[in-house]
Amino acid sequence: MIEIKNIKKNFGSQQVLKGISASFDTGKCNLIIGKSGSGKTVTLKCMVGLFEPDEGDIFYDGRNITTMDFHSRKAIRREIGMLFQGTALFDSLTVEENVQFPLDMFTNQTAAEKLERVNFCLGRVNLPNTNKKYPGELSGGMKKRVGIARAIVMNPRYLFCDEPNSGLDPKTAIVIDHLIKEITEEYNITTVVNTHDMNSVMGIGDKVVFLHEGLKYWEGTNKQIMEITEGELFDFIFASDFLKDLRRNAKY
Amino acid sequence: MIKFFEQLGSFLTLMYNSFSKPEKAQMYWKETFRQAKDIGVGSLPIIAIVSTFIGGVSAVQFAYQFRSISLVPMWWIGSIVRKGMILELAPTVSALLLAGKVGSNIASELGTMRISEQIDAYEIMGVNTPAYLIGPKIAASVVVVPMLVVIAVGLGIIGGWGAGLLGGFFSTTEYFRGVQDGFDGYDVFIMLVKAVLFGLTLSSISCYKGFTVEGGAVEIGKSSTQAVVLSSIVMMIVNFFVAFLLL
Repeated sequence: MIEIKNIKKNFGSQQVLKGISASFDTGKCNLIIGKSGSGKTVTLKCMVGLFEPDEGDIFYDGRNITTMDFHSRKAIRREIGMLFQGTALFDSLTVEENVQFPLDMFTNQTAAEKLERVNFCLGRVNLPNTNKKYPGELSGGMKKRVGIARAIVMNPRYLFCDEPNSGLDPKTAIVIDHLIKEITEEYNITTVVNTHDMNSVMGIGDKVVFLHEGLKYWEGTNKQIMEITEGELFDFIFASDFLKDLRRNAKY
Repeated sequence: MIKFFEQLGSFLTLMYNSFSKPEKAQMYWKETFRQAKDIGVGSLPIIAIVSTFIGGVSAVQFAYQFRSISLVPMWWIGSIVRKGMILELAPTVSALLLAGKVGSNIASELGTMRISEQIDAYEIMGVNTPAYLIGPKIAASVVVVPMLVVIAVGLGIIGGWGAGLLGGFFSTTEYFRGVQDGFDGYDVFIMLVKAVLFGLTLSSISCYKGFTVEGGAVEIGKSSTQAVVLSSIVMMIVNFFVAFLLL
């Protein structure tokens, strides 16, 4: 479980996070949703340690990373896998080298062991026979899958996904969502997904945290979210008048 | 002024972090050799062409001036070309060329990695990013730039010989008598000191400019240009102080 308590973050005079507290459960897909500029990405970057929060605490299974020394924090980072919005694959490396990189850097496995693990991960994301391709030769969906394979290659305890569906067609987006959900349950990972895609919310949102203007506005499950009938969250979910009318006329 | 000191502090901190203990030495060695190959092999053609012609032009220009002063023997040209190439032309011209080619390449590569979140991806994995991405580039540059400069000296001297023969200014025997005459190992020492400092300067400034870029494609272009301009200026200042202190 990951817990964040009263996280605050300013950029100059702009207060982006105004004291967010939330918990993210193990073995579940925890979604952070909100409009652009609501603080989703900053929250995620604070959680993974790319940004230092100005105030507040972040606990990884009870371990407070905000008070940890450099080496302990680095050790925690090796328990983290992350899928970036733009995939962040290393351009100069092949798919195989990308996925293998953490193994090369942090393990003493033999070449055969590493290759076996890489092939397993690529197979798990349904990307066999792409080992020797470069990221530039892959489609957006394939890049995301390679990103997931690289994120899980070290058997992480925590998986973070920043806008995993951005730039994908709806069908591929669903495939990626299901893959994230399957991997989360299969390996009992604490997964935190940053998204504004309502298909993801309804499809994989075991737990949903809605941020609005740097504050946590709502927390619940994807089933509970459908019971909302007004307010900022309602406006966010049913962004178009068509959807709003559809929701108001629906009988639940 | 405050901004200058802020940037200087940020630069020195980044350089300090770039040489912190590696996670796995083998990976760093591999990366250093890859960078050395990129910088060395990739820059060899341009260094070879430019230094050969600089040697040639030096020989022709001195021959042109010496012909009007009939008292000066033509074999001196070999000596002047050698000394000029070793002390100034090879290290300085090579360094300026490398600032344009390697420096801009390093800055834009790191800048693109920063913007496309590749550096963040390394950090999330627990990699010491300055040490892995900057350390090998600087180490490779400090080793490879002197090698390129030595090659530039050799090709410059050969270029001078070729140009002289082509113009009929001197014979092969005369030229190489001049090349060997009054050879001083201290000149080579100064050349190597310059080359090492130039390698350090161009790689560290370019890495800093690329690594700290913020924004998008426009900023990457700007940081790349700034890397070339700033490293060229700093190298010329370093050049002056080396000459002033060591000659």
